[in-house]
Amino acid sequence: MEGARTKHTEDAAPGHAVPEAGEAVVELDGLTRHFGERTVLREVSLRLGAGQTLAVLGRNGAGKSTLLRILATLLRPHAGSVKLFGEPLPRGGWKVRGRLGLLGHEPLLYRDLTGRENLAYHARLYRVAPQRVEAVLEAVGMSQRADDPVRSLSRGMVQRLSVARAVLHEPELLLLDEPRSNLDPAAGELVEPLIGRASGLTRVLTSHDPQSALAEADLVLALSGGMAVFVGAPSGLAQDMLRSLYA
Amino acid sequence: MRTAGAILRKDLRVELRTLETVPSMWLLAVITFVIFHFGLGRDTLKGQLAAGVLTVTLLFAAMLAVNRLFVAEREQGGFDAFLLAPVDRTAMLFAKASALFIFLVVLELVAIPAFALLLSPPGLGRSLPAVLLFLFLADLAFAVIGTFVSAIAIHTRARDLIGPIIGLPLLLPALIATARGIGPLLVHRTSGSPSAKWLAVLALYDLVNALLAIGLFDFLLEE
Repeated sequence: MEGARTKHTEDAAPGHAVPEAGEAVVELDGLTRHFGERTVLREVSLRLGAGQTLAVLGRNGAGKSTLLRILATLLRPHAGSVKLFGEPLPRGGWKVRGRLGLLGHEPLLYRDLTGRENLAYHARLYRVAPQRVEAVLEAVGMSQRADDPVRSLSRGMVQRLSVARAVLHEPELLLLDEPRSNLDPAAGELVEPLIGRASGLTRVLTSHDPQSALAEADLVLALSGGMAVFVGAPSGLAQDMLRSLYA
Repeated sequence: MRTAGAILRKDLRVELRTLETVPSMWLLAVITFVIFHFGLGRDTLKGQLAAGVLTVTLLFAAMLAVNRLFVAEREQGGFDAFLLAPVDRTAMLFAKASALFIFLVVLELVAIPAFALLLSPPGLGRSLPAVLLFLFLADLAFAVIGTFVSAIAIHTRARDLIGPIIGLPLLLPALIATARGIGPLLVHRTSGSPSAKWLAVLALYDLVNALLAIGLFDFLLEE
């Protein structure tokens, strides 16, 4: 089974079968990362195939956002290996950046610019045609407010713009940190074709709501204190382990 | 260059909209000339003293822009957005240095007339092209070194202190060359011709710093 390699840390539970997937998009082998004296990720290993969704679970400080930032090439791993699309990080980061889309806690939008200006700026960085800006604004339902400064928009609207920014360049791998935070159900439905399972993209997502994350995952990585305590299919994650993750 | 152009346009647009940097620089420069006017108790300054007052005032006003150059990138996620993009990271250096250079030129549009009005240096009218040539080269040094220093300072908690503490010593050679070059131009019987020696020193300093900045800037953007 190629979907999830069951190489675990010493405390990790055995892995469970996941659906067959295409070529590896994310490969972690013994990934470790420290901040000063503190180890935030310890020997995390997994393999995520094309078109699959990895749900990263764990409470605050478990290392979820750090993992996403490493995959986004914004942080360096301190030990182990990380490969995206077969390219080792950080050395091959420049080759894969255009294939990643990050939707994190920060919207990465300039508050004094309008939504349209922000997206136009990102379009120039990614060499995306200006027409694509209008298409994604339409897709997230922000065309009417696209000329308002970001600072004047509600959090939900900023999140929708942030979704538009993350998918503007049509990435193949989406890194989603709490992607539906601040979105009401209607907005959540609106962005579903862009960042949800329906997008068909390879996704790594974190969520404080484990049930919704599990519902759309092919593979689960459960982190506790930076350790991978479970890597495998959602069906293999015992309810008591899930509860203990957030206890 | 296309990426640098996109960042530069974005920075100029933000400045035009917020007016957070250039008006502060204007105000600081004009207030400093007023302070010198009354503090020295003189209606006119000439020679090296006038050149020193002008250059130091412009340098201090430039530090305001240096301190603010990367604030939006740091506070609004601009760094992450840029680092995520598949672009040459030196584009950020070119864009920010160009933005700072433009801010300095706009500063001087107000500061030079204010200097002339408040401290009436002799010979300024006749030597204006030569003075502007020195300021052009000094602005290049301020822009390149200022951008480099600002990129270092923005990652620290005391960025408002780190900028001047690192930047002012690094800019001292440019300050000396500019003031020494402009000094002989601000006297009654000036020839109006710039000193080739100080122009060459400034140009060389600009070149060395630009090469160093291009070589090292990538590392500053790493975590």
